[in-house]
Amino acid sequence: MIKVIFFAALREELGCGGTEISATNVNTVAEVKLALGQQNNDWQHYLTNNSLLCAVNHQMVNRDFSVKAGDEVAFFPPVTGG
Amino acid sequence: MNMTSLINNYPEISIQTEDFDHGVEVNLLEKHNVEDGAVVTFSGRVRNNNLGLKVRGLFLEHYPDMTEKLLAEIIETAKQRWNIGRVKVIHRIGQLAIGEQIVFVGVTSKHRQDAFAANEFIMDFLKVKAPFWKKELTELGESWLEAKTSDKEKAQAWSK
Repeated sequence: MIKVIFFAALREELGCGGTEISATNVNTVAEVKLALGQQNNDWQHYLTNNSLLCAVNHQMVNRDFSVKAGDEVAFFPPVTGG
Repeated sequence: MNMTSLINNYPEISIQTEDFDHGVEVNLLEKHNVEDGAVVTFSGRVRNNNLGLKVRGLFLEHYPDMTEKLLAEIIETAKQRWNIGRVKVIHRIGQLAIGEQIVFVGVTSKHRQDAFAANEFIMDFLKVKAPFWKKELTELGESWLEAKTSDKEKAQAWSK
């Protein structure tokens, strides 16, 4: 399984702080998004937002980054701390 | 306490819900530190206005396991680029009222130029890299703040 977590505005839009998806046929960050959208049609609109950022195991990555079972994949909007 | 143990026990990063004492933090940067003549601190507070609206408060969320890692990387980059001594970064999370402190960055160095530059560098990259998000409570209700292009440009300017 792949652990997926959401933060801030995205967490509220999806109404969910996180979930797990099967790692079968999911090899990249882009495919994680695709699998999430297939599981829940209401999420597709929010997950296709181009400004969303992604971290895999706490490292910032792009949509082509490889993922595997056991990874933690986080999606979130641009950061606004400080 | 000798200097070595003080430095070993001095946490450079703190993410916390509770407030901090600016004076205590400056003392910790200076204590048993006679090599450095310069101490530069920045602190950010919740202001009562944004984009023409009255602000009533802020809520700060973060990505717990990632925030400290990112901040440590930013501090390490600053240490490689400038000759600096001690560094302290504090960032608060949770519900914050108007006037409350949000963030503290303190840097010491032998001379002022390194401390000024490193402090600004750390703050600029904290703004665009560290996974914190602000939700603002205004007279119109709650909304998540949007990242500013000007902050991104400010951070990018360091690589020019």
